[in-house]
Amino acid sequence: MSAHEITLTVNGEEVRETVEPRTTLVDFLRDTLGLTGSHVGCEHGVCGACSVRLDGAVVRGCLTLAVQCDGHMVETIEGASDSGALADLQEAFRTRNALQCGYCTPAMLLTAAELLAAGGVPSRAAIREHLSGNYCRCTGYHAIVDAVEAVARARAGATS
Amino acid sequence: MKPAPFDYARARSVEHAVELLGREGARLLAGGQSLIATLNMRLSHPSLLVDINEVAGLDRLARRNGHIEICALVRLAQAERSAELVQAAPLIARALPHIGHPAIRNRGTIGGSIAFADPAAELPACLLALDGEVEIVGPAGKRTVKADDFFQGLFETALGPCDVLIAIRLPAATRDNRVGFAELARRHGDYAMVGLAAAARASGTKLADVRLAFFGVGATPVRARNAEAALAAGDVEAGVKALAQDLGPPDDVLATGAVKKHLAGVLLRRVARQLNEAPP
Ligand SMILES: Cc1cc2nc3c(=O)[nH]c(=O)nc-3n(C[C@H](O)[C@H](O)[C@H](O)COP(=O)(O)OP(=O)(O)OC[C@H]3O[C@@H](n4cnc5c(N)ncnc54)[C@H](O)[C@@H]3O)c2cc1C
Ligand code: FES
Ligand code: FES
Repeated sequence: MSAHEITLTVNGEEVRETVEPRTTLVDFLRDTLGLTGSHVGCEHGVCGACSVRLDGAVVRGCLTLAVQCDGHMVETIEGASDSGALADLQEAFRTRNALQCGYCTPAMLLTAAELLAAGGVPSRAAIREHLSGNYCRCTGYHAIVDAVEAVARARAGATS
Repeated sequence: MKPAPFDYARARSVEHAVELLGREGARLLAGGQSLIATLNMRLSHPSLLVDINEVAGLDRLARRNGHIEICALVRLAQAERSAELVQAAPLIARALPHIGHPAIRNRGTIGGSIAFADPAAELPACLLALDGEVEIVGPAGKRTVKADDFFQGLFETALGPCDVLIAIRLPAATRDNRVGFAELARRHGDYAMVGLAAAARASGTKLADVRLAFFGVGATPVRARNAEAALAAGDVEAGVKALAQDLGPPDDVLATGAVKKHLAGVLLRRVARQLNEAPP
């Protein structure tokens, strides 16, 4: 089974690597590039821990092959965090104890950021629905919804 | 788990995909939200994946001659955001938010959802309720298959191993169209225990051309033809009774057949109310 050479942009930098077709995007990010902020849980799309951005949209890193990303743009929690774009959300997670072990947190942040990017102040039900594909075994979700809601309000207040 | 090794090829066009699919052990890859999960669990062992994600022109959604055509690579989330779709296919628009989670819908495709034909999936039932059709390109060229003939068995459709589903086509909604949708799932985003997609035409105070497509009740989405007739006659309770002949849901991991049968009646009452309401 032949290896493929791929060129893609990861967190703004061009990356050229050789991958086996069967390597998933999240394994490629973690094992080949050492970007271990994206986590691996169920490996079949259910837990959400592996979520990353592909061409701007949050997708499952375990249900995308690295070879499919040739010519595309990937952003992980490392890039999103370094850019400062998530700073208010990260701070809200910290102050509200919206994380304990932190396993779900990188993907939770990226998924919540996608909802917040749509603008406005989503209802708590809408926040829960948007995060419904991201499992957290520690917090019971309540604090996470609080944090996301607080940021939505703060951002709406700041822009109006 | 990790997938067993396979080869990978990017199709440049639909015809190229058909050609590549002719190779031994080849399998088409669209959004991967079902296929890659089964690879990871080693439930399927293709020797070649034919990736259609880079084929140009397959991500269009357009109205044409009283129809709406949704090409295979339209992502579920892309369809969800389309104002055109809400107008022309309100039933699909209602069903989409029930499919998995946002990240799944960002990547999963309309074509993949229809081609995969999970018996508990929303869109196959919607296609059937709307009397839609599927456009297919295969080694012998292009053909069109009606939804009533497309779903043939458990994960079995009219698609052959070298066929590519390129689009689905639905009659665009008109003023007198009515649709209804309801499903019961234990958690939001799970496949439904039982669901119902329905379409009809308002004719005076009555309903005509009622089409009820249940999902999660058998090997394929199932039309409840006796209940359809009862609803057209204006008798919802007779419709609920008729489900005893229309449906024979087997037990599965989510619920027993008896529970599913009961829930189907609950859903029929809800959906009948939706069908009888004039849209705002
Ligand atoms: C956690 C989770 C929850 C989900 N919940 C739901 C749910 O509630 N309801 C629901 O309906 N679905 C659900 N799904 C499945 C999801 O909707 C899939 O995306 C969809 O069923 C398959 O679409 P895909 O584009 O990802 O196809 P792929 O996974 O790429 O392909 C699936 C199959 O269809 C074939 N295929 C795909 N496209 C074509 C085509 N154009 N022509 C011919 N053959 C084709 C492939 O060869 C493969 O056999 C869920 C998935 C996950 C991971
Ligand atoms: S590891 Fe990808 S969803 Fe669980
Ligand atoms: S903080 Fe531990 S899984 Fe969410």
